[in-house]
Amino acid sequence: MTRRPGVTFGASLAVMLAAIVGIQVVRDRAFALSTTDEQVLYVRSGRLLEKSALSYDAVLADVYWIRALQHYGRERLKPPAERKYELLYPLLDLTTTLDPRFTVGYRFGAIFLAEPQPGGAGRPDLAIALLKNAIARNPEKWDYYNDIGFIYYWNLHDYQQAASWFNRGGEIAGAPWWLRTYAAVMLTRGGDRQASRAMWVHIGQSEQSEWLQKTAHLRLLQLDALDLIDELQRRLAEFSKRTGQAARSWDQLIAAGLLRDVPRDPSGTPYRLDPETGRIGVMPESALWPLPTEPAAAPEMKSAPVSSAP
Amino acid sequence: MTARVIRTIAVSVFKESVRDKVLYNLVFFAVLMIAVSYLLSQLTAGQDIKIIKDVGLAAMSLFGLFIAVFIGIGLVSKEVEKRSIYALLAKPIRRQEFVIGKYFGLVLTLFVNLSIMAVAYYAVLGVVAWMSGGWYLPQWEAPAVDPRLLKAVVMIFLQLSVITALALFFSTFSSPMLAAALTFALYVVGHFNADLKNFETVVASRPLIVLARVLYYVLPNLAPLDIKSEVVHAVPVPASYLFLNTAYAAVYIAILLSASTFVFMRRDFK
Repeated sequence: MTRRPGVTFGASLAVMLAAIVGIQVVRDRAFALSTTDEQVLYVRSGRLLEKSALSYDAVLADVYWIRALQHYGRERLKPPAERKYELLYPLLDLTTTLDPRFTVGYRFGAIFLAEPQPGGAGRPDLAIALLKNAIARNPEKWDYYNDIGFIYYWNLHDYQQAASWFNRGGEIAGAPWWLRTYAAVMLTRGGDRQASRAMWVHIGQSEQSEWLQKTAHLRLLQLDALDLIDELQRRLAEFSKRTGQAARSWDQLIAAGLLRDVPRDPSGTPYRLDPETGRIGVMPESALWPLPTEPAAAPEMKSAPVSSAP
Repeated sequence: MTARVIRTIAVSVFKESVRDKVLYNLVFFAVLMIAVSYLLSQLTAGQDIKIIKDVGLAAMSLFGLFIAVFIGIGLVSKEVEKRSIYALLAKPIRRQEFVIGKYFGLVLTLFVNLSIMAVAYYAVLGVVAWMSGGWYLPQWEAPAVDPRLLKAVVMIFLQLSVITALALFFSTFSSPMLAAALTFALYVVGHFNADLKNFETVVASRPLIVLARVLYYVLPNLAPLDIKSEVVHAVPVPASYLFLNTAYAAVYIAILLSASTFVFMRRDFK
């Protein structure tokens, strides 16, 4: 033992480490760790945190940003009825107060605070509040005006407000030309799916976040799914006209020669045909579920003939 | 006062800090940067470069702060405690040369430390950019290996130089514990200075407002030396701003070194 102290020490250490692991395994099996699902945010004042952080506010903002992502991800993994996103706004508010130039933080909020449950928090009012903070801190960035306009359009279906925000964004130096055209589109063709598609294409092209691009891609696929549903509804109507009864399954339409195969949405999942109501939708297991609630047509569009839509 | 003596003392302080394994913090820095880079790619929804930049600059500042304070407070008091001050002052060394040499020795340590950290920082950013498939991807606000980040590193160095001068000043007349407490206190106050300037928005008392204004100008103002967030977000930082801050730090350091020398020259070691 005196000749090889290093070996003895190493062996003792290995034994003790094995023991400490073993004791914990036995303890955790006997007394299950209490896991709490409660999520707590101890400090909610961004101003207090900003002061306390001294010169480390940007790093603290990063920490809260990661917490916001984790919170969102954790809620998304829960069953739809249990998703709450209660901490999403305070976490994003803290992130952006600590780092007022954190563009993705604002835009993340804009989409996922406004998104209806269960996909998001269903709080467009908070999304707009967050974006108004962004404008107060970064008045030179037109992107935030665009995002507010988009929330008024897509989530609140308030085309007057949407047009107003798109117009204000268009007045900012360096704003793209299409922002003013959005304002005009809002007032004339507010509920048009083509207008929605054009906006999501622009969001996807903003390239500020791969994650935003994926969201835009998903939304475009959902719009394609809605186009396909419209077409399928026409075929259902055709089936009813021919047979005098409502179709209860896709097989009936295939047998009647109106479809070649069971129709699938753009993610590859078969569409669902409700035999009771005759309504078509995407399956809950589809990557596109739930489909967005489409903005209702603007008053001018409602009165216009269908053929005038592009 | 001769530059040769100051240089000799400064080099000996640097060598002593190397012997004291101060530069071991570089290993921690490298491990932190690599670990953060690896973990963030999984966690941050495309913001990994921004966060790596933030963490790297914050780590440089924090590691430097600990070195500046904990070594700075012992620069003079350690010599007194160990009684090596008697042997030193018996040599043809003036007290002011001793104080200034000690200061520049620690500043040299910080400079070497920050330089190596900056090289490691750029190396990690370069590797992350290479693995991401480009030096300047469209979703980034600035290139990964952005030379403008050096502006923040320079400002961190200036901030640490001021803190070193503060620590040295307190170590000339107080115990190491008290000196550390006072230095940290002034470091914190240095980031709240803007509130002192705008004190009239909080109180109505004229004498208090004047006192707050005096404190604003007298206490170290470290917040303007913090441009980490600006460079990470590629916000332009004018050369004139850097120049004015450099001038401010230089004058403030000169005041603190003069005060340190003044106090140290009057100390009785008998």
